[in-house]
Amino acid sequence: MADPTLFAQIKDPANRADPYPLYARLRGHPVLRQDDDSYLVSSHAAIRALLFDPRISSADLPPAHSPATGNPFKDWILRPIKDEIVTRHRPLIFRDPPDHDALRRIVMTQFTPERVHGMKARTQSLVDELLDRRRGGDAICVVEDLAYPLPVTVICEMLGVPPEDEPTFQGWATQLATALEPDARHDEETQKQTRTTFDAISAYMKDLIKEKRARPVDDMLSGLAAETPAGRMGDFDLIATAILLLVAGHETTVNLIANGMLTLLRHPDELERLRRDPERAPRLIEECLRYEPPVHFRTRKALCDIPVAGTVIPEGAAVALLFAAANRDPDRFTDPDRFDPDRADNQHFGFGGSLHYCLGAPLARIEAEIALVTLARRLKAPRLLDDPPPYRDGASLRGPKTLRVAIDGLV
Amino acid sequence: MTSARIPRADEDARVVVVGASLAGLRGAESLRLAGHRGPLTIVGDEPHLPYDRPPLSKHVIAGEMAPDATTLPHRLDLDAAWRLGAGAAGLDRQARTIVLLDGERLPYDRLLIATGARARPWHDEAEGTLEGVFTLRGRDDAAALRAALAAAPKRVLIVGGGFIGCEVASVCRDLGLPVTLVDPLPAPLAKVLGLAVSGFLRDWIAAAGVEVRSNTGLRSLDGRDGRVVGATLDDGSTIAADVVVVALGAVPNTGWLEGSGLALESGALVCDGHARVRAQDDGLHPEIRAAGDVALWPHPLYDGRMVRLEHWGNAVAQGEYAGRALALGDGDRPAFAGMPEFWSNQFGVTIKLAGLTEGADSLAVVQGSLKDKRFLAVYGRAGRTVAALSVDCARWLPAYAEAIAAKAPFPPIANALDQPSRLGTLDPSWPTPPPEVSARG
Repeated sequence: MADPTLFAQIKDPANRADPYPLYARLRGHPVLRQDDDSYLVSSHAAIRALLFDPRISSADLPPAHSPATGNPFKDWILRPIKDEIVTRHRPLIFRDPPDHDALRRIVMTQFTPERVHGMKARTQSLVDELLDRRRGGDAICVVEDLAYPLPVTVICEMLGVPPEDEPTFQGWATQLATALEPDARHDEETQKQTRTTFDAISAYMKDLIKEKRARPVDDMLSGLAAETPAGRMGDFDLIATAILLLVAGHETTVNLIANGMLTLLRHPDELERLRRDPERAPRLIEECLRYEPPVHFRTRKALCDIPVAGTVIPEGAAVALLFAAANRDPDRFTDPDRFDPDRADNQHFGFGGSLHYCLGAPLARIEAEIALVTLARRLKAPRLLDDPPPYRDGASLRGPKTLRVAIDGLV
Repeated sequence: MTSARIPRADEDARVVVVGASLAGLRGAESLRLAGHRGPLTIVGDEPHLPYDRPPLSKHVIAGEMAPDATTLPHRLDLDAAWRLGAGAAGLDRQARTIVLLDGERLPYDRLLIATGARARPWHDEAEGTLEGVFTLRGRDDAAALRAALAAAPKRVLIVGGGFIGCEVASVCRDLGLPVTLVDPLPAPLAKVLGLAVSGFLRDWIAAAGVEVRSNTGLRSLDGRDGRVVGATLDDGSTIAADVVVVALGAVPNTGWLEGSGLALESGALVCDGHARVRAQDDGLHPEIRAAGDVALWPHPLYDGRMVRLEHWGNAVAQGEYAGRALALGDGDRPAFAGMPEFWSNQFGVTIKLAGLTEGADSLAVVQGSLKDKRFLAVYGRAGRTVAALSVDCARWLPAYAEAIAAKAPFPPIANALDQPSRLGTLDPSWPTPPPEVSARG
């Protein structure tokens, strides 16, 4: 019998630095029922099947009278914090077709390849400016000095958030991202803070949108606030979308950059090869997304009984898709625990998949590529100071809290 | 029957593949991938290396893609002798020899027949060869039609409301050309999709500016000085057109096999479930396999009903199946059971179909809605799910294909995302076959 408490172990911060042995055990039972009647899905084939199954919902709206079960995972699906986010301002990651598709089409009219690629030069100068602040020092923290501030600045500029408001935004974004973690939602103090933050950011966005409507400029919020070729968003959707882009836009990219640099520091030969040949970056980023993905799992709900991998997930069950486990599935990837940027066949779930596939993926790739290439080029003799580094609390949005690196200076 | 099986091919066994299109290429590739190193000859009647056909009726005739850009990539070095431009003229199965049109004789130990199909020509040869009359099957056809469309014709007349006819009509509208589509059925695509669905498609097609003339056949194509000037319908009315596209389906390329003693049915090569070719005396030729549009074979998912599939995916899967069988022998290889699947891009939507709709007695729209031009519909027959149609939501189709393969009850998935509030069962409404009209062979 498989261990019905594996998910609790995965969520245990003690296992944050290396959850992969747990994932390997889990894959022995690719669809595993937990004590709370939720299901963990960990094989590449089963996750793929479910991502493309029309009986899987992301909306997981709470029932009218949902009791607190006292079980964190169940509450993740059912409890009031979700009411707050999901019901009042459901962003599109918590919505199903056709609403999801309609919203996403509108966002895509603004999140254009031109706008994303237009951020390249700016991203490069931001990375250099951020690193220059550590000039003369003998150490940097990859998270605090670069991986954290970079994406929030980039997304704020793309959205059109005034630069003077950015620090406030950082605080809000962190708070809201925390609320997306299963256990945090169980904690009443966190719930209260989240609610407050949510009200604050919503009020701010409302004003900002009013401003964009009155004086539209060439940014995403102005575009989203206006009539688009794919239709017009309602105000609540607009606020929810803006908050989603802000939170997702930097709580995930920070992990991609930090996990990527950590992996490179653990594979100095690859760091050196990247320094000599920046053209390697795109494949290397893909391998980082497989090997140490920024988002380890997402949850869904079964709309009816779903047969998958020899098990039937019953109607109404909460389903956790363990992308990070599937990314190391030996049935899908040769030598999955080896970091190998040269692997040819790399269809990972680093950005999820199917209709909720990360819409910011092209931007994340650009930011990570520029950050890692520049770190490889500019850090002189980088040495990892803590291995493993301390991790942030999140088991899903997983990444180092700090990543201190000793250097002999900056190029 | 043990005699119907073949063992692994000898190291020096000579393999001939007749047909240098997708099924032949994939057959040859899988033969090599399975480890056969012996001499391999690939025969094709066109001078071109294998090319991809789906873009021909879309990007190529639209002028967005050069005809020769359709050449299929070489995924591995086949180490094959190519005989291109001189097709097969005959098969001597006793002497195990292929005779080419130029007289060359190619002895084989194992043979793959993948000669595909050709466009059904207009029944009247004099009318069908008027300048300005086109069929669309090969790369050269597409290049010629592209040139004609680029010359800004005054009106394009499309004869036949099947998938090719509709795709050509769609491209013509994209190019801003006036188009008339004439079809003996009540709506385009009705034969494959049923009227319940194709009635909606008819509205979209008409809304895109195509003049759709349903329920009518063509009496004649009319020419002047060797050039087509229009056509006369069954009711005697006429349509002026300077380009006519005859899109009446395809017929298997088996003329070269007449007299070979192999069994042919409606021109298709009769096979068993393992792609073994059948002789007229009912014996099997396990050393001869067939794949792709030319083959007629019993589909295990449909109770052994004989099917001939003109699908890209079938050419790939059946070609690979046959190639492996020729190289490795039969062993315990199960019968070929590839899921029938095809797609079409037209009028701004992507249509995909999994399974076979033929004989379906019920239809349900299980996701989306017809009026939004985004839906998933399933077809049932005797309580079982037999096909699934997606219009602009192909993401979900694999889940339904799985249900079809599992012979799931109809409808297979209730309570899906984006499900209509009432899940009603409709009659697919198959058109009664029109009376024998000149446009249909």
